[in-house]
Amino acid sequence: MSHLLQEVVAKAQKLNVPLNVHLDLTYRCNERCVHCYLDHDDHGEMTTAEIKRLLEEMADAGVFILTLSGGEIFVRKDLFEILEHARKLMFCVKLKTNAVLIREREAKRLKQLAVESVQISIYSHRPEVHDAITLLPGSFKRSLDAIRLLKCHGLKVIIGNVLMTQNMEDYPSLRALAAEMGAECTIDPTITPMMNGDRAPLSLGVPSDALRQVFRDGSLVGNVEEFCAIPAKAGEDDLEATPCSAGHTACYVSPYGDVFPCVQFPLPTGNVRRQRFVDIWRHSDQMKEVRSIRLKDLPTCSHCTHVANCTRCPGLAFMEGNMRGPSTQDCEKSFARTGAPSANMLAKRRAAPNLVQIRMLPAAMAQVSA
Amino acid sequence: MSRLYVARDPRVAARSLDGEMMIMSGRDSTLFTLNQTATILWQAADGITPLEEIVDQKICADFEVERSLALEDAEALARDLAAHEILKISDQPITPKNAGETR
Repeated sequence: MSHLLQEVVAKAQKLNVPLNVHLDLTYRCNERCVHCYLDHDDHGEMTTAEIKRLLEEMADAGVFILTLSGGEIFVRKDLFEILEHARKLMFCVKLKTNAVLIREREAKRLKQLAVESVQISIYSHRPEVHDAITLLPGSFKRSLDAIRLLKCHGLKVIIGNVLMTQNMEDYPSLRALAAEMGAECTIDPTITPMMNGDRAPLSLGVPSDALRQVFRDGSLVGNVEEFCAIPAKAGEDDLEATPCSAGHTACYVSPYGDVFPCVQFPLPTGNVRRQRFVDIWRHSDQMKEVRSIRLKDLPTCSHCTHVANCTRCPGLAFMEGNMRGPSTQDCEKSFARTGAPSANMLAKRRAAPNLVQIRMLPAAMAQVSA
Repeated sequence: MSRLYVARDPRVAARSLDGEMMIMSGRDSTLFTLNQTATILWQAADGITPLEEIVDQKICADFEVERSLALEDAEALARDLAAHEILKISDQPITPKNAGETR
């Protein structure tokens, strides 16, 4: 993050301005990714008029960066009408898509509308691996064709790669492919539970020994020694920090108008069909609660070695049962990175019952047992 | 000095934060912030009102500043912002396409 952007974010936080909103336009999708956390049925998406009104409310509330995602945004027939309205309101618009439905006409229009970037999910440089994850035959070719078209039109393209067991060996070659196409490439090892709480997708997560190797790839993390070092003891200032931007300068709006602190933080705070966006942002009790939490308030994590530089996600912690609790996935990441167990891991070890009990049975009992 | 017209570049993203504009360049996503007076100029840049009229109506009317100095500063600022492709400048009125709404 640039120094100027840091200043802007700090100012927005002080003024309680939602600088950054992630809006999912739909949960419908033309792919069926094996790790996806969404239910793809339409349970009553906001209409075009409702979304346009919401965009106006968000602009008035000070939202600057608008990420439009899904589901697959291009399955909405009114996508360009929404985009035109968003750009008229001068949002910095970022798109997340699988790009399968982007052709010449769409690429040209996105360039005309000056969207800031288009993030496209690609899971491997190997078509068979990518298509086995999206469960849409031919999706690799169509997505890559779209990337080339978007680049031809001068758009900024970011390949978003989620690491999982199926593709964990492929990221170096995918990064090379991205570089060849002039696209950026991000890698994220976070697999999220389903929105209904089903944790089955977590079984696809990269095992800790493989994650350890990823964190020691200098081409990804820069200075490995520094990145993997056990952090210095947290100071008072560190503990006064907020856990992340969720609810502070960022929030998430679902296709049904529900507002949450973040796309990974399913704590309902209000609905824009019944309330003004700014009222939810400023006055919802749930937003206020999220906003009140400092690292020093986390009962387990505040005592953890990793507290000052952990990637702890309060949303994942919430999905584990307590927004002030640890996020086990992030504990595992910190452990894979540094080799130092988190306070949560140590507490679990202490609490674990000793399952193997070897005890001599009295001779009489032994005879009965036999 | 010939008349100068200024218009907001339709490719930028922009929002007011506590009276100061945050502007992201449409060319390379560079972020800029404008101070209060630069923000006034940027918000008034409709492509139709000449720069000197903007300076008279929006700057000199509200700030204790000499007109010639204000005009010189405004023109320098406009050219600087144009170099970053945040503003368009011309000696003719500029018809805006997709002109954004400043909020």
